[in-house]
Amino acid sequence: MLNYIWFALMAIAVVVAAFNGTAAGVTKGAVDSAKTAVEIAIGLVGIMTLWLGIMRVAEKAGLITMLGWLLRPISRLVFPEIPPDHPAIGAMILNVAANMLGLNNAATPMGIKAMEELQSLNEEKETASNSMVTFLMLNTSGIQFIPVTIIGVLSAAGSKNPTAIISTTIIATVSGAIAAVIAAKILQRFFPYRSAK
Amino acid sequence: MIRIILENISLWAVPALLVGIPLIGMIRGVKVYDTFIEGAKEGFQVAVRIIPFLVGILVAIGMFRGSGAMDMLTRALQPLMSATGFPAELFPLAILRTLSGSGSLALTTDLIKRFGADSVLGRTAATMYGSSETLFYVLAVYYGAVGVKRTRHTIPAALVGDVVAAAVAVAVCAWLF
Repeated sequence: MLNYIWFALMAIAVVVAAFNGTAAGVTKGAVDSAKTAVEIAIGLVGIMTLWLGIMRVAEKAGLITMLGWLLRPISRLVFPEIPPDHPAIGAMILNVAANMLGLNNAATPMGIKAMEELQSLNEEKETASNSMVTFLMLNTSGIQFIPVTIIGVLSAAGSKNPTAIISTTIIATVSGAIAAVIAAKILQRFFPYRSAK
Repeated sequence: MIRIILENISLWAVPALLVGIPLIGMIRGVKVYDTFIEGAKEGFQVAVRIIPFLVGILVAIGMFRGSGAMDMLTRALQPLMSATGFPAELFPLAILRTLSGSGSLALTTDLIKRFGADSVLGRTAATMYGSSETLFYVLAVYYGAVGVKRTRHTIPAALVGDVVAAAVAVAVCAWLF
C-alpha cells in the first residue's frame, strides 16, 4: 500500500505542478523535506542513546517485565499474540505512559524499543505483525493528557484560559485511539500476514 | 487541581525515571553504568536506520504540498464535508494533521490567531491538533527502526481513528464551549 501512496503523492504533485506552474514549489518541497528528515533523525541521536541506555538498565533490573505483569489484563485483551511476560509489553506500556505525560522525547525511543521487541516475535521481518499495527494505532492517535505544544500556542495568542482544551483533547484522543484499535482488529483479517511468494 | 498534579508529574517524570531506574537496578545488583553503555550503543544506529524511511515519506509529502495539490484536494472535498456539518474552516487542518506535523502546527497557529484564542473555532483547532499524531511520521520512524516495509492495515485503521478523533473534537468543542 505504501508503494502506491508514495508514488501517487509524487506523481500527483508533478501533474498538478504542470497545470499550476508550481514546479519550483515541488522542487523546494522535495529538497527542504529531505533536509528536514535528516535533521529530525540526527536530532534523535542524543535522546535515543540516553533512553535506550536507561531502558536496558530497566530491562536488566526486571522492571519492564514487572510493568507488563501489572497491566496484564489489559495487555492480554489488546495484544493477545504476545506472551504476557515478554518485554515487548513493558516497553509498550512505557511508551504509552510517556506519551500520556507529553514526554515526546522519551516516548519515541521507548516506542522504538517496543518495536524491536515486537520484531523479535515477528516471523515475517519485512511485514508488520498484528501486534505492531495495533501498537502503532496507540501512537498515531497521539494519546496525551497534556497537549503542551498547543497550550503554549494558545497562551502566546493571548488566550485567557489556554488549558480549557485539556478536557476536550483527552475525550477526542481517547475516542480516536479506541476507534483505531477496533478498526485494526477488524481490518487485520483482510490484510494477509504471510507474503504471497 | 487535577491539572496541577498532571503538570507536576510531567515536570518530574524525566528526572525521576533517570534516577529511579538505575536506583532499582543498583538494589537488584545490576552493573548500572556498564548496562547503560551496552544499551546506549544502539542509539546512533537506530537514528541512522530511520533516515531513508523518513526522507522517502517527508519528500513525497513535501512535493505534494509544494505543488498546491494539498489545497486542491481540500477544495474538492469541501462540499462533501459541509454536507456532514464539519466546519469548513477546519477541514484543511483535518487532512494536514495526518500528513505533516510541522505543517499542521503552523496551520493550527494561524487558525487560532485568525479566529481568536478563546473562540470556539480556535479551541476546536487546538483540540484537533492535540488529539492526534502525524500518521506518516510515526509510520516512517517506527517501521523504519525495524525495517518493516509491508504496513498492511496500518494506514486504513489509523485513518479511521483520525476521522473519529476529528469528529469527536468538533462535537465536544461545540457542546462545551
